[in-house]
Amino acid sequence: MRFLFKTDYEDDIRLFPHSGYVYSYGLLLAVLLIAPYVLSSYLMSQLVFVCIYATVGVGLLILTGFTGQASLGHAAFLAIGAYTAAYLQQFNVPFPVYFLAAGLLTGLVGALVGFPALRLQGIYLVIATISFAFIVEEIMARWESVTHGNEGMRVKTMQLFGTTVSRDGPTFYYLCLAVLVLTIVGTLNLLRSPTGRAFVAIRDSETAARSMGINVALYKVKSFAISAGITGFAGVLFAHKLSFISPEMFTLQLSIEFIIVILIGGTFSLHGAVLGAIFLVMIDPFLTYLKDDMPGVIAGVAATLGAGTERAGHIQDAVAAFASANGLKGAIYGVIIVVFVLFEPLGLYGRWLKIKLFFQLFPLYKRATFKRQKIYVKSERNR
Amino acid sequence: MLDFVQQLVSGIALGCVYGLIALGFVLVYKATEVVNFAQGDLMMLGGFFAFTFIGMLGLNYWVGFAGAVICMALFGMLAERIVVRPILGYPQFSIIMATIGLGYFLRSVAGMIWGTDDFKIDTPFSQGVLRIGSLVLAYDKLSVIAATIILCALLYLFFNRTTLGTAMRASSENMLAAYYMGIPVKRVVSIVWAISAAVATCAGVLLAPITFIHSNVGLVLGLKAFPAAVLGGFGSIPGAVVGGVLIGVIESMAGFYLPQGWKDVAPYIVLLAVLLLKPEGLFGLHVRKKV
Repeated sequence: MRFLFKTDYEDDIRLFPHSGYVYSYGLLLAVLLIAPYVLSSYLMSQLVFVCIYATVGVGLLILTGFTGQASLGHAAFLAIGAYTAAYLQQFNVPFPVYFLAAGLLTGLVGALVGFPALRLQGIYLVIATISFAFIVEEIMARWESVTHGNEGMRVKTMQLFGTTVSRDGPTFYYLCLAVLVLTIVGTLNLLRSPTGRAFVAIRDSETAARSMGINVALYKVKSFAISAGITGFAGVLFAHKLSFISPEMFTLQLSIEFIIVILIGGTFSLHGAVLGAIFLVMIDPFLTYLKDDMPGVIAGVAATLGAGTERAGHIQDAVAAFASANGLKGAIYGVIIVVFVLFEPLGLYGRWLKIKLFFQLFPLYKRATFKRQKIYVKSERNR
Repeated sequence: MLDFVQQLVSGIALGCVYGLIALGFVLVYKATEVVNFAQGDLMMLGGFFAFTFIGMLGLNYWVGFAGAVICMALFGMLAERIVVRPILGYPQFSIIMATIGLGYFLRSVAGMIWGTDDFKIDTPFSQGVLRIGSLVLAYDKLSVIAATIILCALLYLFFNRTTLGTAMRASSENMLAAYYMGIPVKRVVSIVWAISAAVATCAGVLLAPITFIHSNVGLVLGLKAFPAAVLGGFGSIPGAVVGGVLIGVIESMAGFYLPQGWKDVAPYIVLLAVLLLKPEGLFGLHVRKKV
């Protein structure tokens, strides 16, 4: 086990605590850079979605994970980013300009949402963000002169510095990856700055933060704006990847998916956003696998276990019917959320830390290290 | 004028359904500080149970109704035991997510079992209308209003006059202190979930003649019940129903007098306005923050 001796504050907030981090993340980046030459086009497409979802996840983590303000309205921010891009594109605005404009506008809207949210906490904030998302969805469906209403909008292929960037090509993937990496690095820097420390202080105790001289209102609005801005950037990429946007894409369902991303990944570290995004995006290929291959596999297993050909056939049909049932995806989402909340509250990254610690401490690991504290005493109403 | 009254009555009837769902939120919130995002889906499930008993098995309406309520009360206890009890005492966000997950699961499973079609339950009140002068009021809408008033009164008495109700209020204030005073908090929470699922079932069955039952009805109406609960002040039983009625009337009026599109947004605009101006709601208590 490695012991890090920290002798001053600089040591504590270093981006790479020791050289091992440089090597492992460098290796990861190298793998990601050569990925387009190795992986199939389907997996590449999924990887682009991972990048976009992870970017949103990082944005949401700033707000929910580090400032402690839950939001179920991030699909609306994504929509604002996507629609800004699609709208400005009609006037032949170059990509860098509308990319920045989308982020800024979404950040501004985020700040505007942040102001009313100042007085709200916990459940009220969740409900308020849901309402905001509904109103945005309805505006997109009704403001036909700008958004074309329910017909949706086509998003033209991206033009970047005179070249055409196809949404399936490696350049687009590199762009998404760059946005993700820049977002993560920027967020890491933000979180070790006084602003980020203030966010964490607000999350841990608003009253204590205020008594330490932190302007809670200002930092909450900042957190909303930054989180929304990042989501807006992701929205531009989202629009380009799908090449068509319409209001029914940005529903509560999508907001919940974003929350699932950080919930599954782990809400206490930026690793969580990436791991959660990988998990969420990979549910679809998994379902396809379940539908196409699983019945045959299970029937094969049943046959080897001694079931007759007829029984095996019945089993195969039953499994196929189950796997192609309508709404299986929703049921799986539901089970995943409940299972993670109940059994793995720290998410996938928490599980990774536990496994790591288990081997570092090999015979001495105890489960209580990561045990959550229950609070029965205080009512959140009186907090 | 006549149009106005017609809209008012149908708004109140719809609002009563919102109010009944909101009542479920409030019950669970009052007793356990948990906000149950699956409340609408419990309502949907209750409606489907009633449909199975009445429409498919051909039971008498009242027998089927009672059967659905009992089944759903048991189901509510089961859901509490599996999903909520292990995480009671953890931050609210975890519990909100768990109930969202439960809602997802129920919606999908109901869609798998009963399909995605719309269903209708034949009730004794489906047919007739009440005529007062030139005013025509359908019995099914009046039945919703009557049932809401009865349920609300019963629950109000239950919470304020019975030992069990007092125990529920005590455990919501401070679970640990309630436990020290000899209240079996776990059983109390279990019963609260049973009651809230039963109330949701009543809403589902009463709703069936007005809007049809389908697997997504819980999501749609459940989210409309939030503005109702917030407007009334989360944690107040009369507040939930009054809030529900107000939201129903606002929605109905917006649909009639304002351009298309306002109908769906109006409840949420009201909600945001309430949260901005009076976050504790109409009937809520204003509580000072303590460290």
